[in-house]
Amino acid sequence: MKPAPPQQPIISVRGLVNRFGAETVHDGLDLEVYAGEVLGVVGGSGTGKSVLLRTIIGLNRPAEGTIEVFGTDLLALAESERREIEKRWGVLFQEGALFSSLTVAQNIEVPLKEFYDLPRGLMDEIAALKIGLAGLPGDAAAKFPAQLSGGMRKRAGLARALALDPEILFLDEPTSGLDAIAAAEFDQLIRDLQQSLGLTVFMVTHDIDSLFAVCDRVAVLVDKKIRVGTLDQILRDDHPWIRNYFHGPRGRAASAAQAGAARLALSDPA
Amino acid sequence: MAAAAATLVATEEDKTLVLKAEGEWLLATAAELDRRLRQLDPPPHQPIAIDLGGLDRIDSAGAWLLLRAELELTARGNPVELRNLDPTFAPLFEQVRAGGSLSPVAHPRPDHHTLVGFLARLGAVTLGLCARTYRLLGFFGLVCATMMRLTLRPGRLRLTAMVAQMEQTGVNALAIVGLLAFLVGVVIAYQGADQLRRFGAEIYTVDLLAVGILRELGVLMTAVIIAGRSGSAFTAEIGTMRVTEEIDAMRTLGLDPVEVLVVPRLLALLLTLPMLTLYADLMGLLGGSLMARAALGIAFPEFLSELRNAVGTRTLWIGVVKAPFFAAIIAMIGCYEGFQVSRSAESVGRQTTLAVVEAIFLVIVADAAFSVFFSVLRV
Repeated sequence: MKPAPPQQPIISVRGLVNRFGAETVHDGLDLEVYAGEVLGVVGGSGTGKSVLLRTIIGLNRPAEGTIEVFGTDLLALAESERREIEKRWGVLFQEGALFSSLTVAQNIEVPLKEFYDLPRGLMDEIAALKIGLAGLPGDAAAKFPAQLSGGMRKRAGLARALALDPEILFLDEPTSGLDAIAAAEFDQLIRDLQQSLGLTVFMVTHDIDSLFAVCDRVAVLVDKKIRVGTLDQILRDDHPWIRNYFHGPRGRAASAAQAGAARLALSDPA
Repeated sequence: MAAAAATLVATEEDKTLVLKAEGEWLLATAAELDRRLRQLDPPPHQPIAIDLGGLDRIDSAGAWLLLRAELELTARGNPVELRNLDPTFAPLFEQVRAGGSLSPVAHPRPDHHTLVGFLARLGAVTLGLCARTYRLLGFFGLVCATMMRLTLRPGRLRLTAMVAQMEQTGVNALAIVGLLAFLVGVVIAYQGADQLRRFGAEIYTVDLLAVGILRELGVLMTAVIIAGRSGSAFTAEIGTMRVTEEIDAMRTLGLDPVEVLVVPRLLALLLTLPMLTLYADLMGLLGGSLMARAALGIAFPEFLSELRNAVGTRTLWIGVVKAPFFAAIIAMIGCYEGFQVSRSAESVGRQTTLAVVEAIFLVIVADAAFSVFFSVLRV
């Protein structure tokens, strides 16, 4: 049972325009993300899903538009003020983006060392805690990123993203490159962490199963703008691309699986 | 967040030690709370109650501190009870209880800080060097065998690739090689003039310049520049192709990577390096002659006639003959290190650096060997 998302935007994007050379990727895009929800962002290749994420976290400066996070206009902030905001979100990049010269534990300790003056022992304990929260075995702490499998690298990246106990978690294609079982486990992990740590999750994905499994609302990038709604609303949308995406063979399979799971849950006497 | 304040108040109620956690138990306040909790030293078997009723905010670091206290005190034999946990914090506590552990985190330490470690490292590096030399020789043999096969079937030689490489390694290097050779000529002429003027032997500046540039510096400078410019490019190109699995794709399509990638590069460099050397010789002499005129007033015809007296064509050839050998060293190492790239992007950078260092090192070693060889031959 998903609680209705409280109507208080934690991220608000207005009139966003992104151009690369002559190509306009976003043209007057508006988006609001509410505190405590999981928003899934989908769209065809090249519609600028990752660009949108990178623009919100400040890695890409938009041509026009405003971006407010925690009620502050990010584009107007000085460097030091930005850092205070950046402490309050965590980012998981597509390939994990772990620092390859550091072990997993050291990777997690990088932001802790940068922002807080913690005793060595406590820092190790917090690193171990995050490793556990991300569902990695304890011996992963001393391993280097090159020694990890793709799925473990993502979990380690998630552990680092969680290092500072962020309020918002940005995920770029969290399940890409994972097999179906690992992807489902990762979806579940994100759901668990989101609920127990009270996170707001902004998730770029192309995995239709993730949308059904974890997302409270779905944002679809079409025609250089974005359409947002609950999954039911989006499923009823008659935009051709959206229809194709959700009512194509894969979309039908995912929604059938979801409906089956829901029926099972309903018939469960407990 | 600067105003975050967290406290831990200890009181005693009916022999039970009550620890009241209050305020904001966050990462920002964790260091102080950690210290405070570690100071706790209740008598054995005293029951302990941790009262969480006063918590305003808590994050996973704060929850971990409280749960760690519970775990540690329980392990010491004190019965511990958590009370008044706000239901909104309950999922966090559950999650942290599931994820946290007391087992220490291992940090790999560099092991060469001890004498034994240093010796072990020295040994490993030496053995590694031997193994690399061995593999490099193997690669050399492989390339030679491929070249032999190609001489039997010259139609398989990839001429287009070779010409493209000649443009890359030769034509495109003209500016930098020419400029540097010119400047070296200027420097030698100036230094020579300065020293020889004291003996009234200014005219021998030309001899010094000619022998220096033609025999040694022209070819050596060119080889060093090309090792940095083209040797590194060979490693980076082939290495990137390994990362993107292009080399594997080539093999599955029945193409021989040595034939397709190495031979055109090797042949191109074998041809261009001698030509570049001649060009560098010329530019060096040109620089020297301009300097000789400016500093010593040696006019151009005079310079030329002294040049003819000082050196014969043999001096020129002694320099140029080394170029193909240096070219082979640079191309072989550049390509070999490219194939040594593993499937990661950072290894491209590592192998490229290695290729440049090895190539320059071996070029200078070979130059020294040539010097000994020529002095034995008395040329």
